[in-house]
Amino acid sequence: MTAPILEIRGLRKSFGHVEVLRGIDLAVSPQELVFIIGPSGSGKSTLLRCCNRLEEPSAGTIFIDGVNLLDRRTDINAMRRQIGMVFQSFNLYPHLTALSNVSLALRKVVRKSRAEAETLALAALARVGLREKAKSYPSELSGGQQQRVAIARALALEPTIMLFDEPTSALDPELVGSVLGVMRELKQDGMTMLVVSHEMRFARDAADRVIFMDHGAVVEEAPPAEIFASPREARTRAFIAELTR
Amino acid sequence: MDAWSRFLDTFFKPDLIRHYLPSIAIGTLTTIEIGMAIVVTGIALGLVLAVVRTFRILPINVILVACVDIMRALPPIVLVLLVYFGLPNIGVNVPSFAVLWIVLSLVLAAFAEEILWAGILSIPKGQWETARSTGFGFFSTLIYIVLPQAMRLTVPPLTNRTLAITKNTALGTAIGVPEILNQATTGQSFSGNATPLMMGAIAYVILFIPVVGLGRFLETRFRWSRA
Ligand SMILES: Nc1ncnc2c1ncn2[C@@H]1O[C@H](COP(=O)(O)OP(=O)(O)OP(=O)(O)O)[C@@H](O)[C@H]1O
Ligand SMILES: [Mg+2]
Repeated sequence: MTAPILEIRGLRKSFGHVEVLRGIDLAVSPQELVFIIGPSGSGKSTLLRCCNRLEEPSAGTIFIDGVNLLDRRTDINAMRRQIGMVFQSFNLYPHLTALSNVSLALRKVVRKSRAEAETLALAALARVGLREKAKSYPSELSGGQQQRVAIARALALEPTIMLFDEPTSALDPELVGSVLGVMRELKQDGMTMLVVSHEMRFARDAADRVIFMDHGAVVEEAPPAEIFASPREARTRAFIAELTR
Repeated sequence: MDAWSRFLDTFFKPDLIRHYLPSIAIGTLTTIEIGMAIVVTGIALGLVLAVVRTFRILPINVILVACVDIMRALPPIVLVLLVYFGLPNIGVNVPSFAVLWIVLSLVLAAFAEEILWAGILSIPKGQWETARSTGFGFFSTLIYIVLPQAMRLTVPPLTNRTLAITKNTALGTAIGVPEILNQATTGQSFSGNATPLMMGAIAYVILFIPVVGLGRFLETRFRWSRA
C-alpha cells in the first residue's frame, strides 16, 4: 500500500477545558476522497483546521506527504501552500479581481513573475470553468462562482491535498451543483481530498470512504454504500436517518 | 453711502485687495507647505502605529494607546502653545513652523491610527485565515490583504479627519507662522478693514474645496460592494 498523503495519529484539541477532538486517527491515501459527516459541534471543522494548523493541536501528530506538520522546524507557511483549503464562506478578497485572487499568493508567496503567475491563475480559473470571469470582482459573481474561484485559488498553488469545509453550505440549492461538479472533476484528476459536507449524493458517488464523527471522535468509517445502507453504530444510523429524511 | 457699498467697502475694498494679495498668496503657499507636510507625516506615522498595534505586544500597546488618547483629548492649540513656549525653557529652540508641523502631525497620526486600527479590526477573520492557508505570513497578510481593504474602508473618516486637522494650521497665527490667517489678521490690523480677512477666507475655500472633492473621488474610486 502506498504511503498516505495525510496521516493523523492521536490528534487532540482542547479549547480551554473543553476537549473538542479526543484522539483522532485518520489516514488519507493518494487520490483518495475521504468524506466526513457528523452532527454540528462534533469537531469536523476543528479537525480540518488542525490539518493546516489554523488551529494548534493540543496533542498527537499530523504528517503531510511524510512531513511532520507539528515539528517546530517545519516551515508552516511553505507547508500550507501544499494544503489547499476551501471554506464554507468562500472568503474571496473583495478588493481584488478573480484573477488577482488566484494569482496573489503565486506572486507574493511563491514569488513568480506577474506574467507567469497570471498564466497559472488563468489555467486554474479555466479548470473551474471561470476563465472568462478573470476580470470580475467577487461582488460581481454568484456564490457558486465565488466558491469556484476560491477552489481555483487553492488549486493554483498545486496542493498535494485539498481540504473542504462545507463548501456548498452557504450556497443556494441551484448553485450547489456547479461546485460539486468541479470537485468531481478534481477527484477524477486524481486530487487527494478531505471533505466535510452534508451532500449525501455527492458522498455516494464520489467518496471512497465516509467517516462519521461525533463528540470529537471517529465513531465509524466505511465505504459510502455500506455506511449509508447499513451503518453499524446506533449513533451513525440515527444521524443518517435524520439527514436523509 | 448705501448699505451695499458699505458692505463692499468693508469686505472687498479693491485697493486693499491689490495691496494684500501678495502677502495672502505667501500665506497660502505656507499653509499648503505645512498642510502637505502634516498629511504625509501624520498619515504615515498613523499607519505605522496601527501596524505596530496589530502585533499585540501588551506593554507597547498600552503606551501607544495612552499616547494616542492624550493626543486626541488635548485641544491642538494647547499642544502648540505648550511646545512652542515650553521647550525654550529647557534650552530647545524649535522654529515655529516646525512646532506646528510636528504637533499637528502627531495629532493626525493619533486619529489616523485609531481609524486605521478600527478598519483593520473590521476585516473578517476569514480573510486572515484564507491568506494564511495559502502560505502568507502574518506580516504579508497584513500588507497584501488586510491593509488594502482597511485603507479603502477608512477613506471617508480619514479624509474628514485630515481636513479638520490641516485646517488647524490656522493655529500658526498664535505662534507667528506666516500662514494664511496670520497674514490676514496682520493685514486687518494694519488696514483696520476686514478685506484681508475675507481674502484669507476665500483662500481657505479655494484651498480646501479641491481636497474635499479629492476625498469624494477616492471614496467612489475605491468602493467595492461586499458580497
Ligand atoms: N475558537 C474556538 N474557541 C472555543 N471553542 C471552539 C472554537 N472553535 C470551535 N469551538 C467548539 O468546538 C466544538 C467543535 O466545533 P467545530 O466547529 O469543529 O464543529 P463542527 O463539527 O464543524 O460543527 P458544524 O457542523 O456546526 O460546523 C464546538 O463545540 C465549538 O463550540
Ligand atoms: Mg464546521
